[in-house]
Amino acid sequence: MGIGGLALWELVVKAGRIAPFVLPAPSAIWEQFWLSREVIWKTGLASGTNALVGLVGGAVLGILAAMVASRFRLLGEASIPVAAALNALPIIALAPILNNMFESTSSIPRRIVVAIVVFFPVFVNTLRGLRQVDPTHRELMDSYAAGGWTFTRLVRLPGALPFVFTGLRQASSLAVIAAVVAEYFGGLQDGLGSRITSAAANTAYPRAWAFVVGACVLGLVFYIAALGLERLATPWRRP
Amino acid sequence: MTAVELVGVGKVFNPGRADQVVALTGVDLTVESGQFVSLIGPSGCGKSTLLRLVADLVPPSEGTVTVAGKPARKARLDQEYGIAFQQAGLFDWRTVQRNVELPLELRRASRSERRERAREMLDLVGLGDFARHYPPQLSGGMQQRVAIARALAVHPPLLLMDEPFGALDEMTRERLQDELLRICARTGTSTIFVTHSIPEAVYLSDRVVVMSPRPGRITDVIDIDLGSRNEATRQSADFFAGITEVRRALRGTEVAA
Ligand SMILES: Nc1ncnc2c1ncn2[C@@H]1O[C@H](COP(=O)(O)OP(=O)(O)OP(=O)(O)O)[C@@H](O)[C@H]1O
Ligand SMILES: [Mg+2]
Repeated sequence: MGIGGLALWELVVKAGRIAPFVLPAPSAIWEQFWLSREVIWKTGLASGTNALVGLVGGAVLGILAAMVASRFRLLGEASIPVAAALNALPIIALAPILNNMFESTSSIPRRIVVAIVVFFPVFVNTLRGLRQVDPTHRELMDSYAAGGWTFTRLVRLPGALPFVFTGLRQASSLAVIAAVVAEYFGGLQDGLGSRITSAAANTAYPRAWAFVVGACVLGLVFYIAALGLERLATPWRRP
Repeated sequence: MTAVELVGVGKVFNPGRADQVVALTGVDLTVESGQFVSLIGPSGCGKSTLLRLVADLVPPSEGTVTVAGKPARKARLDQEYGIAFQQAGLFDWRTVQRNVELPLELRRASRSERRERAREMLDLVGLGDFARHYPPQLSGGMQQRVAIARALAVHPPLLLMDEPFGALDEMTRERLQDELLRICARTGTSTIFVTHSIPEAVYLSDRVVVMSPRPGRITDVIDIDLGSRNEATRQSADFFAGITEVRRALRGTEVAA
């Protein structure tokens, strides 16, 4: 089906039904992809590093914040709308401000943008997981006279793990999108985003699309890595 | 020595609210050390609540609960009892073996001791081959058996069991009944055992406590003396006499309710 779709796309563009500057033919995009493979690799690596650093940072913060929020009922209730507001903060609004706050050679603004985008899904899912404790587990641990930290370590954290990974899976794709898009708004121009804007500005549309494909592949790699990590860390959930 | 003593115990859930429930009222019960006591009665008569009071998992609204000569709270903190709930309550993220090891782990037993004890208990409940499985891969009855193994693993002086054999087939059930009696006799364990099965209560117990609902209370305590149990016991006249007596007592609660 994928092949058929590609063939149809190629035909429609070649037949002149869609102007090439709107959507180039797949063959043209592939040609550009192959020609620019080294640049795509290099810029992809830069964007990938930004996405990874931001993802790890945002996820660690999200998990820690969820652990704190779950300790106190009221804080937990209050924190969701705050986190939601943070989530609604558009990267578009944030990126230029952050870019101005740091030197133009700094990778930090893009990583902060990624971390902020990642924070919300990880925080919300982890909090949900930490709160969802089987009452029988609670009673059992009480019968063992287990203290607060023992309970957290042996029951709440492992019980929340599947939820954490649901959040991480959502966050993994978002991280790549954020890392790429953040570059549209200035700052250091060494990632995939900068190449997409510059190619588009030069009306080199097949080339721009080639970098978009590169970004897609990067997003896929992140998603699959998150999925693999989830499988490894939660072996009891094998179908 | 008395293992458990309840004096004038009552329990009201959500007092003063629209959903107030008088779960138990005026409960006096003594379990002597090494005794096997069954609780039987219609659904909702407060059997699980009574067990939770002994375990100090819910506080009584009135009266006192004494376990091993101490207040129930102290007994819980000293881990004087092992408990198996109506729900298996296994940890999905631990293998069967590590589920059984958990109470030993919390008592700081050595690794080799944990291994050995868990193995022994799993063999006892017939799940030796499933040690490395995860609970979601097991049937409901198998999960319940793991929970039993977990409760037995620490050899607690007091065993609290809430319908532990409810989900088991008849053959496994009878085998585990005999194993349970053997363990209790060997280790001198005192047991409070909740069940819906009259023959099971009679076969296992030194005393059968009959309860009735609304409000939950003890209506009868029937002493059973079957001597040492064996295959013949299940066919004996004493056994059937006990069953008849408990059944009659339960009828009484039905009429009253
Ligand atoms: N945590 C609770 N909050 C409010 N009401 C409760 C709670 N636990 C038990 N009850 C009520 O107390 C009564 C006794 O419940 P309990 O679980 O002890 O009954 P049971 O004899 O164990 O019944 P079953 O045989 O169905 O397990 C019921 O009416 C129940 O609704
Ligand atoms: Mg019950």
